[in-house]
Amino acid sequence: MIEEEFAQLAGGKNALVLDAKDNVAVALADLVAGDSCLVTEDGGRKYEVVVKEDIAFGHKFALADLAKDQGVFKYGEEIGRMKEPLAKGGWIHVHNMYCDKGMK
Amino acid sequence: MGDTFLGYRRENGTVGVRNLIAVIPSVFCAAKVAERISQNVPGTVHFSHPVGCSQVGDDLDVTARTLIGVGRNPNFAGVVVVGLGCERFTPQELYDGIAPTGKMLEKVVIQDAGDSIKAIEIGTRMARQMQQAASLQRREEVPVGELMIGLNCGGSDTTSGLVANPALGIASDKLVGQGGSSILSELTELLGTEHILTRRAADAQVADDIMRVITAMEEHLKHQIQTSRKSRWKNLISTGNYDGGLSSVVEKSLGSMKKSGNAKFVEVFAYGDAPSKKGLVLLDGPGQDGEVTTGAAAAGAQIVCFPTGRGTPTGFPGVPVIKITGNPRTFERMKENIDINAGEVILGKKSLQEMGEEIYQEILAVASGKLSKAEVLGHDEQFCIARMP
Repeated sequence: MIEEEFAQLAGGKNALVLDAKDNVAVALADLVAGDSCLVTEDGGRKYEVVVKEDIAFGHKFALADLAKDQGVFKYGEEIGRMKEPLAKGGWIHVHNMYCDKGMK
Repeated sequence: MGDTFLGYRRENGTVGVRNLIAVIPSVFCAAKVAERISQNVPGTVHFSHPVGCSQVGDDLDVTARTLIGVGRNPNFAGVVVVGLGCERFTPQELYDGIAPTGKMLEKVVIQDAGDSIKAIEIGTRMARQMQQAASLQRREEVPVGELMIGLNCGGSDTTSGLVANPALGIASDKLVGQGGSSILSELTELLGTEHILTRRAADAQVADDIMRVITAMEEHLKHQIQTSRKSRWKNLISTGNYDGGLSSVVEKSLGSMKKSGNAKFVEVFAYGDAPSKKGLVLLDGPGQDGEVTTGAAAAGAQIVCFPTGRGTPTGFPGVPVIKITGNPRTFERMKENIDINAGEVILGKKSLQEMGEEIYQEILAVASGKLSKAEVLGHDEQFCIARMP
């Protein structure tokens, strides 16, 4: 039963924004490049974003065009900065984001 | 009129959510006697541990304060202290530490009783009498401000930081907003976020304290990493964390911190101690599940809320542990162990706010007597005293 719900969910292509200050959404299903994804903000506002790359469940994509060294915000806080520019809908992970804080 | 729950008002004004008798050994040599006493009197709980002797300085001090703190926890109407007789942390010291609460309290020492069989008999009579006296006490309506919850996550996965912890944070904020207390710990899971934590400090003193304890934990870990022989054991952030979508230690730590919502920290306190203020507090302790829960119970927490993405069945003796998973597949598999399915947010059935409210209502229900699944199944693995340094 749960797998059917997941299948439906994958059809829905959902993503979650955890804070109003965030410029990333987190995929709640495995997304494929070109998918139109339904993004839900913490406050309940919903809108669609087309992802430009495959985004695995739990991974992040940009909600706006990001410049080199621009801060990446999740939970309303800076979790790192961009190594290079990234267009809206692009995948953000260790290949294009850096963070100097904390032990590795 | 604020929210209320039905609890047991204790002699010193604190409120228990359970009405149990605790059998606590002052030293590991008395652990089996304590366990047997508890087995003879159903409804009591015991606290077996491997410490209490051949320790010195800070290490023995933390052990002693933690055992005393557990005995003082208001979920226990009475305590039977069990000693051996020659241990460094004496049974009398444990007894004297608990005595100011005014709760029912007795002590049996194996070397004084004669042998373990005699000590079990004496202790059983003590526990029997306490249990019967405690059975006369009734729950009464008390403000939710009397509640203190411990926050701890374990067996985490991507959904923990994504929905389970943020939803628990909403519940924690609601409790703190009504005058209750909430304990964040797991300093090892907060590294890299000290600049955010200090911004959430209620005053400059708390900000200084946060920096001090996080810096000390980082120095401690750096030393451990230098002495580790396996390179795989030198990373704070695991391969699984990266695969799950976490891109920095800060991102991982924020997911952990979210359990504590957005409230201000009013105090930082040491492991084995209790906070002196009500509200959101930071317990200076490590990240192992059992050590965190034990530190919270010793601080007086009557309930522990425990997000787990992968799913863990563990519980704590006499202190209900509410399990919350953000992973709907884990809930489907482990619904006999997990109390709250925050995976409904992942499935789009509920918002984070609705999930936070559901967790808050479950806290009130468990505080009023509803058994958590870990309690029903007798899970009590989490009693584990942190060792220093």
